[in-house]
Amino acid sequence: MSADVPLRGQEPQRDASSLVWGAATVAGVAVWFLVYFQLQPVSRWLVARLALEPGTRLADAVEFFLYDTPKVLMLLTLVVFAMGVVRSFFSAERTRAVLAGKREGLGNIAAAGLGIVTPFCSCSAVPLFVGFVSAGVPLGVTFSFLIAAPMVNEVALGLLFALVGWQVAAVYLVFGLSVAIVAGWVIGRLHLEGWLEEWVRNVRANPAELPPDGMSLKDRVRAGLDAVRDIVGKVWMWIIAGIAAGAFIHGYVPQDLLASIMGRDAWWSVPAAVVLGIPMYSNAAGIIPVVEALLAKGAALGTVLAFMMSVIALSLPEMIILRKVLSLKLIIVFVGVVGTGILAVGFLFNALFS
Amino acid sequence: MKDVKVLGPGCSRCQATADMVRTEAEKLGLDVKVEKVTDYAAIAGYGIVSTPGLVIDGKVVHAGGLPKPEDVSRWLSE
Repeated sequence: MSADVPLRGQEPQRDASSLVWGAATVAGVAVWFLVYFQLQPVSRWLVARLALEPGTRLADAVEFFLYDTPKVLMLLTLVVFAMGVVRSFFSAERTRAVLAGKREGLGNIAAAGLGIVTPFCSCSAVPLFVGFVSAGVPLGVTFSFLIAAPMVNEVALGLLFALVGWQVAAVYLVFGLSVAIVAGWVIGRLHLEGWLEEWVRNVRANPAELPPDGMSLKDRVRAGLDAVRDIVGKVWMWIIAGIAAGAFIHGYVPQDLLASIMGRDAWWSVPAAVVLGIPMYSNAAGIIPVVEALLAKGAALGTVLAFMMSVIALSLPEMIILRKVLSLKLIIVFVGVVGTGILAVGFLFNALFS
Repeated sequence: MKDVKVLGPGCSRCQATADMVRTEAEKLGLDVKVEKVTDYAAIAGYGIVSTPGLVIDGKVVHAGGLPKPEDVSRWLSE
């Protein structure tokens, strides 16, 4: 009880500052909406000022660029902020504690779900992998987490939502999770623990006991703002480059060219998209504006989704990092299983939606 | 003298954490020895999952993301 006394003394002050920050957040979001709904008229007006002939290719491309750039950056900022706040409730250490007791199956589902909300940076992939496996999280469950964490991220979902629509974003979420769950489960069934690097199997560590973080509302809002500064600050150039490429496709690439290469009738386009995606390393930010333009020009949804998932989930740099903990054989199995899952998603989509 | 270890494979945040520890220690007038632990097996041995991690006098006080300067200052003076 005595420990409560100094805390009590701080409470009123803490509440007041949290109230201010909460109010500022609400006001900020309101301003966001006000500005957001002015974007289209303002961009139209701007294009009209530019003395471009309406309906020409150049005018199409310019209008696409002028409207989409602020729209996408604003939506991304909002989504990243929201996810930053949500993530402040989770930590990789707590996620591990949840997953350590889980069996495969249910564990794979929990791991994929937690992969979305747990703060994760690819430079932490190795410590995370080792920390999970050494604490008794099954290998397949660990993989479910490691597949879902980069693939189903807020940048990919936010951009899909902004550019292509919420239906495609929802579909991407569901199928991204499915690939992570099933691929992790399959890898777990194969019992490949012996294919880990020697030193990983030898790590014996007791999970660290961290002091509780005791975050206030103010801290969580700040975590959201930090995420915006960090992520949007890093990807905005990619987005502008991606939108410029998308604008070019919009204005200049003929409609039927892409429909024949990336359309539904070309069955080989799905595996080609997956293979093409592996060496390409782009974050979701650069690839999605291009995706949107490809879709608009008649590329099939399944093919485009497969391409996107492959670019994000199967990247060479990440494999080079993971090579420190996984044997080459295990990496090949990983790529094979995840690649097969992505192929299945691509074909399924092309068959279901026309 | 405080013995501080920054756990992390050498990403920019690990560097920023190490710098923050030095700055905060200077403000407090504390003598610290800051050591960076980059070996993955050694990092794993501390039982953390996310980096950068912070160990002060053998005790893990932080893992994952940049710590807050006021927290670092508090941990150092404990």
